Amino acid sequence: MPQKSKYKAPLAHLVNPGHSACAGCGMIIASRLVLDAAGKNTIVTNATGCSEVTTTQYPMTAFKIPWIHSLFENPASLASGISAVLRKRGQEDKINVIAIGGDGATFDIGLGNISGMWERGDNVLYVCYDNEAYQNTGYQSSGATPLNAHTTTTPAGTKSFGSQLPKKNMIEIALAHNLPYVATATVGYPLDVIDKVKKTLAIKGPKYLQIYCPCVPGWGIEPKDTVKVSKLAVNSGFYPIVEFINGQLARKMTISKQEPVENFLKIQKRFKHLFASPGGQKEIARLQVIADYNIKKFGLI
Amino acid sequence: MKILEGSRAIAETINNIGPEVVSAYPITPQTHIVEDLAKLKADGLADYEYVRAESEFAAISIVEGAAAMGVRTYTATSSQGLLLMTEVLFNVAGMRLPMVLTCANRAVSAPINIWNDQQDAVTMRDSGWLMWFGEDNQEVCDLHILAYKVAEKLALPVMVNLDGFVLTHVVEPVEIESPAKIKKFLPRYKPQAVLDVKKPLTFGAFATPAHYFEIRQELHDDIVSSQKVIKSEMKKFKEIFGRQLGLIEYYGDKNAEIVIVAMGSVIGTIKDVADKLKKFGKKIGVLKVVSLRPFPDEEIIKALIKAKNIAVIDKSVSLGTEGILATEIRRALYGDKKKVVSYVMGLGGRDITEKMIEGIYSGIKKENKKVVLAGK
Repeated sequence: MPQKSKYKAPLAHLVNPGHSACAGCGMIIASRLVLDAAGKNTIVTNATGCSEVTTTQYPMTAFKIPWIHSLFENPASLASGISAVLRKRGQEDKINVIAIGGDGATFDIGLGNISGMWERGDNVLYVCYDNEAYQNTGYQSSGATPLNAHTTTTPAGTKSFGSQLPKKNMIEIALAHNLPYVATATVGYPLDVIDKVKKTLAIKGPKYLQIYCPCVPGWGIEPKDTVKVSKLAVNSGFYPIVEFINGQLARKMTISKQEPVENFLKIQKRFKHLFASPGGQKEIARLQVIADYNIKKFGLI
Repeated sequence: MKILEGSRAIAETINNIGPEVVSAYPITPQTHIVEDLAKLKADGLADYEYVRAESEFAAISIVEGAAAMGVRTYTATSSQGLLLMTEVLFNVAGMRLPMVLTCANRAVSAPINIWNDQQDAVTMRDSGWLMWFGEDNQEVCDLHILAYKVAEKLALPVMVNLDGFVLTHVVEPVEIESPAKIKKFLPRYKPQAVLDVKKPLTFGAFATPAHYFEIRQELHDDIVSSQKVIKSEMKKFKEIFGRQLGLIEYYGDKNAEIVIVAMGSVIGTIKDVADKLKKFGKKIGVLKVVSLRPFPDEEIIKALIKAKNIAVIDKSVSLGTEGILATEIRRALYGDKKKVVSYVMGLGGRDITEKMIEGIYSGIKKENKKVVLAGK
């Protein structure tokens, strides 16, 4: 008797092959995980960016759910409008509304619109695919870019170690809106993403899920290392995986043995300048401080 | 017939039209419209979802999302609010989402100024929205009813414009049409394509050079040919409501050599001047342009056939050139030997008086400038 595969046939997913995302793209993995977990009764609003450009080149689409892209900064507002119609039709509990944006759309240009949607309490899950820069336009820094990362607008040079600003704390911003559900996840741990999407969609009200998605060309990694670099980010404490329910830390992904942050940095070209000059070691130490702080703050060990 | 403020008349008409989602952000002089819609909802007299937006950009995006669900929507704004909506306005038209927006026309900053001119709306003339301008509050209310019919029929968004304060805050008699009567003209909206989990569609795909051109061309062609549909709907409108609407309206002497062209409430002043001059045996024509988009070239050429000196009054200026309506009129009349002078007037709420209009009448023949910025 043939063993039933635990893998779905390619066309059984709600994001279909034929999209143009890079090999090893963290975003497209996240997209497939989120939509498969959410299921067919889902309407998606999507910001401009790789998640839109790679999936919906006219007259083709990779999506098997109703999906709308309008502009860079307004998926949250579109979701509010859709949510209002579902509320009026009494279908709010039957159909999921998911607004999706990259970190540029979320941390920067669309932040006001997200805040408005959260304040209104609309029954919408906002998902951020966080790859820590404007990768679609060629790796420019965003509010999500970490300290010392090289991007094309924060280039490393003889007078600079790359981005001089720390990553904006979107999780705290989300928590300040008193959301019933706020969490981080990463494509390095796909079952956790699926679990969180299912869990959060069962909660009525505005929700936020931030998924760490390595970008192969932007971060300068090998396609095979998307999962590896995600896991190193988590296990070094650099990207804590946490879950807040009604503002309280409900769950966290603990670390059995902390990886030095250096192991996470050295397989990415965006941090390679830190290893090329004597002053770089001091900067690596600063990043280690951030990782250690996260571990202490959330009790990850 | 009710005697009420323009904003109230619009709000009651919109409520009787029956949108399912209303979203707005307050800005002077649009505020009374959205306040009245909120109060109608608060008093249990309205069925729509009223979504408070955190900006005009959000407001139009919210109704865009709702429109993609296949429902009738409404929003209103003015001035800076319309400018903030710009990116979404273009997007809504490109996506072919039928939608109606009221713009209470106001000057744009800087300097900041809350009073009426039409710079806000005319600046959006390339956005792909049909753009209409009402002369009085009855016409404004009627244009809203027509706007929903045309928008839903052609999958095009429509912006109905009225002069801020001059109309929004003015109390005058208006026939507020009942939901039952409106329904005769404007049946239940049946959208062509919607966001539906049972029939998943992708909206807002990106188009490469292989497809973008034809999609934009289709939008252009549909706006040009919308004139026919609008005129036929105006006929049906007359049958049901008894009032004649038009893409343009010609008033005064059919053989006048001097014709004054304008949009919006200033037409009332110009008509008064025309009546006065008629008493003295002087001939003057008045051409009201209701529809800036689509721009009814043929009708305008016909209406101006006898005109020799044409004064176009704009409450806006394409800085460095002339009034925007003037450019449109010149384009429509290209090749003709008529004299067209662009008079830019009334910026930032400056009164356009009868005396100033009389000055145009008596001075246009000798006027040797193509563009006159006439503040006084």
